Amino acid sequence: MAETYIARSPAIAARMLGGEMMIMSVRDSTFFTLNEVATAIWQAADGCTPLSQIVEQKVCEEFDVTPEAARVDAEQFVSELSQHGILLVSDHPIPAPAPGPAERS
Amino acid sequence: MTLMAEMNERAFKLGIPLTVHIDVTYRCNERCVHCYLDHDDKGEMTTQEIKNVLEQLAEAGVFFLVFSGGEVFMRRDFLDLVEHARKLMFNVKVKTNGVMIHQAEARRLRELGVEQVQLSVYSHRPEVHDAITKLPGSFKRTLDAIRFLKSQGLKVTLSNVLMTVNRADQQGTHALAKELGVSYTLDPTVTPKLDGDTSVLNLRVDSDHLEVLFQDTSLVGDVDEYCKPPDPVDDDVLEGYSCSAGHTACYISPYGDVFPCVQFPLPTGNVRRQKFADIWYRSPQMEEVRNIKVKDLPVCSTCTHAASCSRCPGLAYMEGSMRGPSSTDCEKSFHRTGIPSANMLRKNMAAGGPLVQILPITV
Repeated sequence: MAETYIARSPAIAARMLGGEMMIMSVRDSTFFTLNEVATAIWQAADGCTPLSQIVEQKVCEEFDVTPEAARVDAEQFVSELSQHGILLVSDHPIPAPAPGPAERS
Repeated sequence: MTLMAEMNERAFKLGIPLTVHIDVTYRCNERCVHCYLDHDDKGEMTTQEIKNVLEQLAEAGVFFLVFSGGEVFMRRDFLDLVEHARKLMFNVKVKTNGVMIHQAEARRLRELGVEQVQLSVYSHRPEVHDAITKLPGSFKRTLDAIRFLKSQGLKVTLSNVLMTVNRADQQGTHALAKELGVSYTLDPTVTPKLDGDTSVLNLRVDSDHLEVLFQDTSLVGDVDEYCKPPDPVDDDVLEGYSCSAGHTACYISPYGDVFPCVQFPLPTGNVRRQKFADIWYRSPQMEEVRNIKVKDLPVCSTCTHAASCSRCPGLAYMEGSMRGPSSTDCEKSFHRTGIPSANMLRKNMAAGGPLVQILPITV
């Protein structure tokens, strides 16, 4: 099965606020907040780590969730954010990912 | 409550400076008649100094970053600063007069992911706009810039300041914004110059014009709702704060001075000598500003408008006390509702006027 690679879009603004990631699309000003699990996936979206590896290392190991449930949730999350242009998705590694935001919790 | 309002509330509770307005220069190629700034360069921060400040702001949790001036494009490094800000993932808004924006600058702003560009336009008539900016040809250049920015798909706002010299053109300017397909904001506030000179206040429009504005549905929406009598003042109101200055927002000058707001000239520190976080969290002045609740305002806490007044603590500070009334906002509350403020009644009493002023209220 082909791997999925995800990268943070450069067309966004993002910052951690009180443990949640705030994200705004600069194209349509859509505003999102990500919960802890979604934030972990988003922060690991470096364009070169496969989604399956992110789920295994950043979600299953750090949160109390089964691999299958984590995979389904992650795919849904990635699909939703990619529709808004927040995440870039490809079946190949994505070059030159956007740098991560400064963190504050 | 919207998601954005929730984030604001959370930032407020955590003491995070969600929004920072930074003027990168006071230099300008226009000389607007109402401008409160001195345009001489008295030692602006260098490119590296500003980049360093931006990194500190990102670390402090700032999300919304407003670049303004002076005219931002007077700095040759301006787009470099925007690029750095976007790498740090700020939501960036730029305020400019646009006269130095051509197709290339507009394209670059779009490529960098600037969220919004706000341009000052004071009239739909070139001769009126140019007389206010004192830069011949500025109207055409600013409108060209708006078209370049729009052609790049950028979100553009046309910002107008209502004054005695352009009050007759308000509707025409609003129509121009619609014709250009951009948002429109109108502000009737003219503030004293930073050096204390109040001569520019002669440009403020009179009360008749304010009342006309407050009855304009295209500006205020539901007039009945906007002009309704103020809500009762309860404990929640008295325990509340005037605005976001010093709570979730602040202002940084081109020289590194930090203030609670661009309209609140109370020095709280300087990022050339101190870390931004030290100023934000530990400046006694910043702390004083954020400790003032409505109940601590000797006059305004007794005012019937306390729940809905747009009282600006910065304008109050410029009038003499950050705990005092802001007369401009008293007048707005009065002309919006027909009900005099506590400050107006107090002044009237001091001047030997009637103890009770009964005015018709439109219901």
